[in-house]
Amino acid sequence: MKAIAARRHHRFAPVVLLALALVLTGGLYAALAPSAEGAAAPTTDDVEAGRALFVANCATCHGVNAEGRDGNPTLIGVGAASVDFQVSTGRMPMQLEGPQAAAKPPQFDREEIDQLAAYVASLGPGPAVPSAEQVDPALGDPANGGAIFRTNCAMCHGAIGAGGALSEGKYAPALAQSTPTEIYTAMLTGPQSMPVFNDANITPEEKRDVIAYLEEQKNGSPGGTSLGSIGPVGEGIWIWVVGMGLLIASAVWIGAKSS
Amino acid sequence: MSHEQTPQIHGATAGGQDLDRADAALPARFEDPGLPEHRLRQADIDPAADKRAERQVVAMFALSVIGTVGFLIAYFALPPGETVASMRLSNIALGLSLFLAMFGIGAAAVHWAKTLMSDHERQEARHPQRSDAATREAALATLREGAEDSGIGRRGVLKGAVVSAVALAPLTVAVPLIGEVGGDWNVSKFRHTLWERGKRLARDPSGEPIRAADVTIGSVFHVIPENLREADHWIEEKAKAVVLMVRMDPRDLKEPTERAGWSYDGIVAYSKICTHVGCPVALYEQQTHHLLCPCHQSTFDMSDGAKVVFGPASRPLPQLPITVDDEGYLIAQDDFDEPIGPSYWERLR
Repeated sequence: MKAIAARRHHRFAPVVLLALALVLTGGLYAALAPSAEGAAAPTTDDVEAGRALFVANCATCHGVNAEGRDGNPTLIGVGAASVDFQVSTGRMPMQLEGPQAAAKPPQFDREEIDQLAAYVASLGPGPAVPSAEQVDPALGDPANGGAIFRTNCAMCHGAIGAGGALSEGKYAPALAQSTPTEIYTAMLTGPQSMPVFNDANITPEEKRDVIAYLEEQKNGSPGGTSLGSIGPVGEGIWIWVVGMGLLIASAVWIGAKSS
Repeated sequence: MSHEQTPQIHGATAGGQDLDRADAALPARFEDPGLPEHRLRQADIDPAADKRAERQVVAMFALSVIGTVGFLIAYFALPPGETVASMRLSNIALGLSLFLAMFGIGAAAVHWAKTLMSDHERQEARHPQRSDAATREAALATLREGAEDSGIGRRGVLKGAVVSAVALAPLTVAVPLIGEVGGDWNVSKFRHTLWERGKRLARDPSGEPIRAADVTIGSVFHVIPENLREADHWIEEKAKAVVLMVRMDPRDLKEPTERAGWSYDGIVAYSKICTHVGCPVALYEQQTHHLLCPCHQSTFDMSDGAKVVFGPASRPLPQLPITVDDEGYLIAQDDFDEPIGPSYWERLR
C-alpha cells in the first residue's frame, strides 16, 4: 500500500487510474446490465419440437402450416407473444365452440409452450414474449398506469380490472388472476375481441405502468369490502336493500309499542 | 230499448235505497273517539320484567362504552399506516367501534323510553295564536307613532326615494343571475369542436401525435386533438372532441360514396360520444368491428359508418374525416359535419 501511495504523483498514474476505472465500469456493466434476451434464444431443436406439437394439437383448425382454414385465423406473423398468451392461459387449444375461448388450466407445460411459441415465431416476424424486466411491476408507475388504464381499458375491464360484459355472450375477463406477462402479451397481441395496443399506442414503459397499477389493485380496497368492484349496481343494491332496510327496521322498532 | 232501460230503473231504485240508509246512519257530527285505552306493559305488571328491561338498557349503554374504549384503542393501536391492508383494518376497526359507541346510546335511550318511562299518552290543546286585545292595541299604537314620526305621509319625495331604492336594490342580484343563465343559451357551441383542417390526431392522455403507420390492424386509439391543453376550457373541449380511431382490413370497410376519402387505408375515426345520451362509447370488439356503449348497450358497426345495430341510439356516430400530412401524421380534414352527442331541440337549426 505504501509503495502505491509513494507513486501517486507518477506521470503515468492518471493513465493507470483511468484504465482501472474503465475495467471496473465495464466489469460492473457486464455483471449488472439486463440481458436483452428475456429467455434463452430458441434453438433449432425447440422449433422442431414446437412444430411437432403444433401439427399434433393445432393444425386441425389452423392448418398444417399455420395458414388458417375454414375461418380460423392464420398464425403466420402473430408472434411468440400471442402463442404464449393463448396457450399459457389455456384459451388455446380451444375445446368448445362458444362466444369466446374461455381461460382454463393450460394443456402444455412451460417448455412445450416455449417450443410452440418458437415454432410460430419462426413462421413470420411478430411480437416477442416480453422479458422479466419489461413486466416487473416494481419498475412501473402505478399512477400513470391508472391514467392509461382508465382511458384505454376501463370501459371493458372496469375501473380496477374486475371485468365486464360485452355483446352476445362475450365478456372482458377479470384481471386479478392474470400474471404480468399475460397482461403485457394481451395488450401487445389483442386476443379475440380485445383490440391491439401496440408499442406505438401504449409504449412498453406505459404497459409496465399498467401492470403496476393492476398489481396495486390486488391489495384490495382500503375502504373495506369491495362488493365485487362491479361499480354502482352492486353498491346501489347494497345500500338500497341492506342500508335502507336497516333504517326502516330501526324506524319500525322505535315506533312499535313495548309489549 | 226496454232491455236497456230496465237495469237503469233497477239501479236508480237500488241507489236511492242505499242513500236513504246512509243518511239515516250518519250522525250530524262525528264524535272524537279520544285516545285508545291504556294497556299495561310487562314491565308495569311484573317486577322481574321491569328488572330485565333495566338490565337490557344497562347492557346497551355498556355496549356503547365498549365501543368508545374500542375506538380509542383502535385509534392508537391501529394507525392507517402506508399499506392498503393496514388502512382497511384501521377503517373497519374505527367504523365498527364508532357504530357501537353511537348506536348503543341511541338504542338504550329508545329502549329505556319504551319499556321503563311512563307510556301514558296525553293531549294538550293548542293555545290560540291571536294575541289579546291590549297587546294588539299597543303594537298598533307603536307603529302609528313611528309612521307619524318618520313623516312619510307628508314628505312625498322621501317616500318616492325609499320605494325606488328598495325596488332597485334586488337588481344587483337578479341581473348577474340572469346574465349567467344567458351565457349558456348559446347552443351553437355544441355544433363545433376543436377539430379543424390540418389538426393532428393525438393520443389520450399523453397528447403525442399519431403516425398512420403506428395504427396497426386491430388497433384502437383513443384520440384527442393535438395541443388540446392549450385551448380555453380544455376539459369541456375534450368532452366534445374525443374520438375513437380503429384500423381494420380495408376490405372489411363499407364506405358510402359521399364519404369516400374520409378514412385512410382502413383507419376510421368516429366521435366517442354516444348519440343516445352522451356516454363515452368505447367498448370495441376488434373481431366483429362492433363498438358497444357501456351505459345502454347501443352497438355501432365501425365497419359500416358506425350505424346502430342494436340499442336505443337513433343515429350513427358522427365520423371525423381524416387524412395524412406530409410527415406521415394523421390529421383531420375538417370538423365533424354534424353536431356530436345526443339530440337536443336546436340540433338541426
